[in-house]
Amino acid sequence: MIAFLGYGSLLLTLALAIAAIALGLLSGPRRRPAWLALAHQAALATWPTLTLAAVCLVSLLVTDHYEIGYVANVTSRAMPLYLKITAWWGGQAGSLLFWSWLMATFAAAALLRKWDQDRDLMPYVIAVMMVTLGFFVALIVLFENPFAPIWITSTGETVEAMLQPAGTFAFTAIDGRGLNPLLRHPGMIIHPPMLYTGFVSFVVPFAFAVAALIARRADDAWIRTTRRWTLVGWLFLSLGLILGGRWAYDVLGWGGYWGWDPVENAAFLPWLTGTAFLHSVMIQEKRGMLKKWNMILIILTYALVIFGTFLTRSGVLSSVHAFAQSAIGPAFFGFIAFTFVVSLALLFREWDHLSADNQLTHMLSREAAFLLNNVLFLGIAATVFWGTVFPMISELATGQKISVGPPYYNQVTGPQFLALVILMGIGPLLSWRTMSPQRLGRMLRVPAAVAVVVVIALVLAGITNPIALVAFASAALSTATTLTEFVKGTRARARANAEPVWTAFLGLAARNRRRYGGYIIHLGVLVMTAGIIASNVFQEETQGQLLPGEQLTVGNYVMVYDDLQQFTTDDDREVTRATVSVFRDGRLLEALHPRSDFFLSSEQSMTIPGVRSAIEDDFYVLLTTWDGSGSGAATFKVYVNPLVNWVWAGGLIFILGTLVAAWPDAREPRKVVLAQRAAPATGD
Amino acid sequence: MSHATQVLQPSLPATGGFKLKFWLGGGAILAAIVALVVVSMQSTQQYFYSVNEVTDPATGAAGKILRVTGAVLGDTIQVNPETLEISFAIANVPTDDAEVQAAGGLAAVLHAAAIDPTAARMRVVYVGPKPDLLKNEAQAIVVGKLGADGVFYADELLLKCPTRYEQAPGGAATPVAP
Repeated sequence: MIAFLGYGSLLLTLALAIAAIALGLLSGPRRRPAWLALAHQAALATWPTLTLAAVCLVSLLVTDHYEIGYVANVTSRAMPLYLKITAWWGGQAGSLLFWSWLMATFAAAALLRKWDQDRDLMPYVIAVMMVTLGFFVALIVLFENPFAPIWITSTGETVEAMLQPAGTFAFTAIDGRGLNPLLRHPGMIIHPPMLYTGFVSFVVPFAFAVAALIARRADDAWIRTTRRWTLVGWLFLSLGLILGGRWAYDVLGWGGYWGWDPVENAAFLPWLTGTAFLHSVMIQEKRGMLKKWNMILIILTYALVIFGTFLTRSGVLSSVHAFAQSAIGPAFFGFIAFTFVVSLALLFREWDHLSADNQLTHMLSREAAFLLNNVLFLGIAATVFWGTVFPMISELATGQKISVGPPYYNQVTGPQFLALVILMGIGPLLSWRTMSPQRLGRMLRVPAAVAVVVVIALVLAGITNPIALVAFASAALSTATTLTEFVKGTRARARANAEPVWTAFLGLAARNRRRYGGYIIHLGVLVMTAGIIASNVFQEETQGQLLPGEQLTVGNYVMVYDDLQQFTTDDDREVTRATVSVFRDGRLLEALHPRSDFFLSSEQSMTIPGVRSAIEDDFYVLLTTWDGSGSGAATFKVYVNPLVNWVWAGGLIFILGTLVAAWPDAREPRKVVLAQRAAPATGD
Repeated sequence: MSHATQVLQPSLPATGGFKLKFWLGGGAILAAIVALVVVSMQSTQQYFYSVNEVTDPATGAAGKILRVTGAVLGDTIQVNPETLEISFAIANVPTDDAEVQAAGGLAAVLHAAAIDPTAARMRVVYVGPKPDLLKNEAQAIVVGKLGADGVFYADELLLKCPTRYEQAPGGAATPVAP
């Protein structure tokens, strides 16, 4: 009954989305306000209908309705309530519903905003958002229905279908399979919602961009209107990526946080093009340049958002053959091709109207720096994309599947990221239009001196790895530049307003959130850079089989293996837990408990590391195997990850900066703004 | 200036000299990225081979980084606790997904490979802690190179045990992390 209600509201949502598309598209050119009002209503109504479908699914999940295939696949009686709720996005069908529900939420929020200035965009914004939503709902209705009951044939085979197939009987599983144990982690519970929120919120700027193309409006109203939506999407995507890394570090037990896995890349790609977009829209707003380029970037980002969902949802990653077998693979592929071609066709129709108001005349200018930033972000995106799809391409082209591993990504993106780090230290110093090399040289004097001091200090400390030295020097240069910008801005403001320094500093960030929020983001990235470089280049690892009382040395740590315990828990786990003591310089720091959980019902095991985390490094120990016969012998794998906490700390600064940048600017007298701009923009 | 050239160069450069510099700079960046990709690909490509292909000298597996899947033969597993060197043999299994499904699923394919004395076999050596899942009829995925002695020296060893978890009725079996 609830299942039929849920499925029915999905069908209703699909009908509403189609109606909204038709009414929206027809109302635009014919200028029928009544039709547009109807389209608006229909689009808004998809939110309550999808919410009803979601409520139905969640209520089936929490009440153990094991006659429904999805429920039996992702929950089990032993699971706590909160996990049963989060099982909503624990499997394919449910996560598509979750995606759609988030999309409807964002669509409704975008439609409820004030539409005074850009009312002529509304019909097409509705159409684009509803095409996206309609596609996902159609996928659920046709191929991945979370409400389908299980039926069993006389030969014992089970099928899932909404209506009873002939010759079958209703089937109810005694218990469900339960959520994959790897997904039972707080990070994994909030990671998908973050990522999906990031994905769907990029649909809003895309919808406005395409609407501007259809309505033939060449101005940048769409950018100004959607700036905050883009930032919010970007914020959630960044959060999702950082949380995903943290989850991998805590749960996957391989000592790292980023493995260039195709699923990680799928989320990283739209982030890369989205970041390029966030930077280059600033040039369009300030200088009226890069109009076509920005259109291309948002179209690419949208395509990569759908591609990312497709990669993780179609099974194409395991093999191209799985792609052919699953019905949603070709559907996704077709949809990406359709939206990409239509968007580009619309862009080419408007091509001549999107010419630049200003010209790039000098290499040493802020415009050129932004352009280089875009080239680098797209270069990284293109190379990551190539590595991700290469196994599929090679298999389709030659029948031989060839993949590239993390070394490929590190080698290819490393230099490009390094260039971006250096650019972060130079770009903010450049003025618009042009600047003399002498002037730039003078401004770079202090940051360059800081970089030299850092290199000397590192060499004196015994670090000779050239990659690390270059990377740390670049990060130091950019950090110095960014901090200098804060100092300069604070000074100018303190002078102009006759304020104390601290008030001036806070006022600076508060009154010019976008710019200083951006600099805070840069600082976060630089802190992360230091963490990433140190934890990759200077990671130390060792492994060994120990008897209780024996010890193992790694770096300046000594680990003593104390004992091993095995017990079974109420929630269906068989836990093997070791106790080890970690010493440094002969002093006991902490006792750690690396363990291995074996989930009895799903026959999966999970290795939980014991971690001692400090600002300078993490001591990370895994219990890999043990002797069950009673000798107590156990094998450990130990990592020392220098500065890995800087990655998370940098992530927090990054998020803070994004919040500052996305917060609405407070109004303030124009003269102060001018006073702040005067310092860096003297080239104007 | 035609519009087509404005994609990557959104504004019109003022002078011919500047234009040249602009395109030279862009071209140099592009060339550097392409060169990086080509060089890195050559040193990091992993070829997905079956045991049949690896053991067939005609395939030309020598020297390449290979990624090979096979069924573990339980009675061949040897572990040296001092050096952490693990040695075992794997038997050929079909690599095509459709073929695996037609043969009754992964578990059936692994079982058939392990008991088939005529299946191609390959000896694998790996140094590291012995994984729990290394047991008879487990699916091993090894990444490494084929030695001149015909032994496969693995740098990476992944193991999967087919469980009922992966064989759900009606698909949508293994929940995939987004």
